This record gives sequence, C-alpha cells and structure tokens, in this order.
Amino acid sequence: MKVARWTRTSKLFTGGTAGVAVALACIPLVFESDVVQKLTTLMILVLLAAMWNALAGYGGLLSVGQQAFIGIGAYGTVFFADQGVTPYVAMILATLLAGAISLPISLFALRLRAAQFAIGMWVIAEVMSIIVRLDQNLGAGTGISLIQMNQYEPNFRQAYTFWLALAFTAIFLVALFLLLRSPLGASLQAIRDDEDAARSLGVRVAARKRLLFVLAGFGCGAAGVLIVANTLFIEPGSVFSVQWSAYMIFMVLVGGLGTFEGPIIGAILLFAIQTTFTQGGPWYLVGLGATAALFALALPRGLWGTVEERLGLRLLPVGYRVVEAKGEERAA
Amino acid sequence: MTLLNAALQGVFLGAFYAVLACGLSIMFGVMRIINLAHGDIAVLGAYVVFVIVEHAGVSAFIAFAAALPVMVVLGYVLQITLLERSLKAGILTPLLATFGLSIVIQNLLQLAFSPDVQSLGGSAGALTTSSWQLAGGLSVSALGLVVLVVAVLVFGALQLFLARTRIGWMMRATAEDADAAELVGINSRSVYAWATAMAVAIAALGGFFLAIRSVFDPVSGPTQLIFAFEAVVIGGMGSLWGTLLGGIALGVAQTLGAQVHPQFAVMAGHLLFLVVLIVRFGGGRAVLRAAR
Repeated sequence: MKVARWTRTSKLFTGGTAGVAVALACIPLVFESDVVQKLTTLMILVLLAAMWNALAGYGGLLSVGQQAFIGIGAYGTVFFADQGVTPYVAMILATLLAGAISLPISLFALRLRAAQFAIGMWVIAEVMSIIVRLDQNLGAGTGISLIQMNQYEPNFRQAYTFWLALAFTAIFLVALFLLLRSPLGASLQAIRDDEDAARSLGVRVAARKRLLFVLAGFGCGAAGVLIVANTLFIEPGSVFSVQWSAYMIFMVLVGGLGTFEGPIIGAILLFAIQTTFTQGGPWYLVGLGATAALFALALPRGLWGTVEERLGLRLLPVGYRVVEAKGEERAA
Repeated sequence: MTLLNAALQGVFLGAFYAVLACGLSIMFGVMRIINLAHGDIAVLGAYVVFVIVEHAGVSAFIAFAAALPVMVVLGYVLQITLLERSLKAGILTPLLATFGLSIVIQNLLQLAFSPDVQSLGGSAGALTTSSWQLAGGLSVSALGLVVLVVAVLVFGALQLFLARTRIGWMMRATAEDADAAELVGINSRSVYAWATAMAVAIAALGGFFLAIRSVFDPVSGPTQLIFAFEAVVIGGMGSLWGTLLGGIALGVAQTLGAQVHPQFAVMAGHLLFLVVLIVRFGGGRAVLRAAR
C-alpha cells in the first residue's frame, strides 16, 4: 500500500488545463470583441468563486463582505489612473492596494466568529461604500468612468483586458493550487475538516486563516480591477453591492465548497445561466437564492464534491489518496 | 440644545431598531443562529400589512393585528421546514440557507409588488403627524413616543414570559443546553419553532414601524438586518435588555452623526458597531501592536 497524489486522469487533466490556458490566450486573436468581453466576465467569476472558496471552503470564514475588496480594486484603479498612472499599471497598483488593506482588516475581522464575521465584513464593505459616496473626486454616489482607457483602440483594449483577466485568474488559481498542495495546505485542509482538532494538533489556525484572508483580499481586489477594466464605468451602488456575495455563495455552493475544481464549475454554470437569461430580473435571482439554499441543506458538498465522492475522481489533485497494493484505489 | 434634541430623536429611532433587533436576539439566544433573512422578513411583514390595508381599507393598526397571526404561522413553518435542517448541518449552514432565503424573499416581493417605495404613514391616522414642542427646543413626536413605549412593553413582556411562564422556562432550558433539556422531557423542536414564530412576529412589528415612520421597498431588508444586528452586538449578544440598550445607542449614534453631516448618520452607527466589536473581541490590542 502506498500514498499517491497523482492518478493518470489527474496528470492528463492538469496538463490539459495548461493547454486550455494557452488556447484561451489566443481567443482575442480569433473572436469578436463582444465574445472577448463575455469571457472576461467568466474569468472574473472564476476568480471570485475561487477566492470565496479559499475563505469559506478552507478557512471556515463565511464572508458576505468581499465586495469591500472588489470596490477597493475598482476604485483604486480609477484613483491611480487619475493621478496620471498608465491604466494597466494603475490596475496592478490597485490590486496590491486591496491586498495591503486586507492585512489590517484581518487583524480585527479574524477575531470574529460565524455571523459576527459575516456581517462584520458586510459592514466594512458598507463603510467603504459610504466613504466613496462622500468623495466627489471618485464621482460620489453617481459613479465614475475610467476615461483613461479611451487612449486604446477598443479591440485592443478588450484584448489587453482579457489577457490581464486570464493572467490574474491563472496566477491566483495556481497560487491557491500550490498553496493547498504545500505542507501549509495540509494544515488548511485539516482546518476545513475540523478546526478544533487541527488546533489541538498544533496547527496555527489564526496564521493560516490570515494567509487565506489576505489571498482573498488580493484576489477580490483583482476581480474589482477587472470589473472596471471590462465595463469602464463603476458606481458605489453596484460595485459594493452584496449581490457579489450572493453570486460567490451560489457558485461555490453549487460547484462544491472546499473542493478545488468545484468553484470553477460553479462559475461556468453561473456564466451559462447569466448568458441564457440576459434579462436578469427577479425570477432569475429567486432561482439563484433558492438553489444556493437547497445546496447548502441537501447537497453541502456541491456538484463536484458529490461527483468526487461517488467516483473517487480527482482532476486537480490537492490531497493524497491511498493506493492499495492491487491497484484498487480509495480516496484519502 | 439641538444636540440634546438630536440625542432625544436618537432614542426614539433606537427604540425602533431595538424592536427590529428583538427577534434576531431571541433566535440567537435560543438557537445560537443569526437569521440573515431577518430584515427581509420584517419587510415582508410590512407588505402583508400593506396588502390588508389596500384590500380591506382598514387602518394600518387593525391591518397589523390581522397580519400578526399570519406571521406567527410563517415563522413556525420557516423553522420546521428550513432552519431545523440547517441547524443540524453545522455552524455555517444556517447562514448560507438564510442568505439564500433573503434573496428569494427580496425578489419575490419585487415580483409581487413593484420596486417602487411604499409607505403606510397615510393610513396610520393622526399619529404620524402630531408632535409636541417642549422647553429647550426639544420635540417629541407622537409616533416616536408610541414606538418607544411599545418597545419597552415588548421587551418587558418578553422578560415576564421567559421568567414566569412554563414555555418560557422551557425556552431558557433549551437555550442553556438543548440535549439536557431533551432529557427532562422538553421537546426542543417545538421550543425552537415557537421561538422562531415569536421572532418573526416581532420582526413584523419592526417592519410595521418601518412602514409607518418612513418608506420601504422590496430591497429594504438588508439594511434593516444590518441595523438590527448592530443593535444586538452593541448591546451584547445573548442579552435581551442589552438589545434594547444597543438599539438606542445605535439610534443616538446615527442622529448625532447626522449633526456632523447628513450622510454621516449611517456611518456613525457602523463605526460604533465596529468599535464595540474591536473592544469586545480584543482585536484592539492586535491593531495597536501592528500600528506601533
């Protein structure tokens, strides 16, 4: 009997993922800019889902206030661009800003448990929204455009933004993948499975949670940057909206909380739903809310978690499995 | 003197927040869960009253009396269908399930009614318009006074209920230790269901006050939830009278904040909430250490 991480399927699939990334990178060369814009939206959803899952799935931190960092990323971009920084450099700076701000927030927020953390984060997002509304330079309540993007020809702008989205998504997913596979990742998965047991075995739970919180701060900031780069206009009412949290919760719960692949599947699913029901509207949101609640109650491991459990399938392996001598496999 | 008057108005406003927060506090006290759909349930209560007023043409108060049994049943059903299952599934599931419920209620209200703002101020009679001017620039509105008196009565009645009645004892025992309560023959499922029914009924009272003192629309709920939760935390989670005081502290913070800048009102409440969280959970020291 031995312990293995890779199976043939997971090797093939992980290799395939790299291929998919390369193929995606070629999309702006082939397709119209409206396709590119839509796929940028998909990248944003994947990024958001992965970050929310990092918090809730591995850290047990249920936040309904990650829109705080989305807002910092989006408004940070506008702010730096207004200071005369090249827009795409401003986007990098704004991402770093969101990550930097998440550190002091973590000092206080991570002291809170369950509902206190969830609503505490929400209030932090509300406070940031009010600060923006009070600032005329950021367009106050009526919103602001990223006019500096006019310097690029629209097709090129759309392509640059897509590549940035692809790069951000790849960087954060790979970072999370490597993090979860490192010895650190083993302790994160231990926290996911049983926080008290992990603590009693000497896992430094608080430090691990801080790591995830800051990663999610960077990642959600990057998503906010991409939102303003993709739509070119933001207003506090939408960018700081709790609806972002609703989307993140839907994607992760349906895809599979605490699995690596699940949130990506959830994001693709939400993207498909959004492109089908372009009208949006209340019925669509009723469906999203009801589905999320149903999954939380009836299928807590989500679609992917259930598939994984039933079939013993691992595509992007972050855990280990015990391989029986005869070659029979059992999930670890 | 305007400051003193602002503080007085804050007390009236805070009594409203305390009523909103009361149900949240009951559910946390008995079941240790926070219902993220609490604000939307309050708004739903306001719409039930609104429908009765529109169709029966009665005054808002009679309509509220008629709406109350509906809300009690709704709370009971909510517990046995949704919350009971989520309670068994761990600490995060109730939050996830009630967050989903919150989105569902908001959007069903959007579908059933228009997204337009509504108010029941007009059908509440002279109560919403009369006020008295006291010496020193203080002003007391009839509505503010009624909300304050009702708030104190609600909390007082709840105290008596928990201290003196049999089902009140059962509720306290279950809150203390549900398994031990089961051992002495208490049906915790039924106790939980009655607690939620009470919480939803009182939330509807909060929604009713919202509707007669200002305006509401299908998406008013999340704001009411945040204010209610802030009141519960400021007053100390798990303490009933604390929630009344917490609500009043929040109201006073908001009206005093509005004296600085009209848009600073809500902000002042949020800041008070965050400061209380920092002080209570010792994050303050960590923040100071990092700043040094």
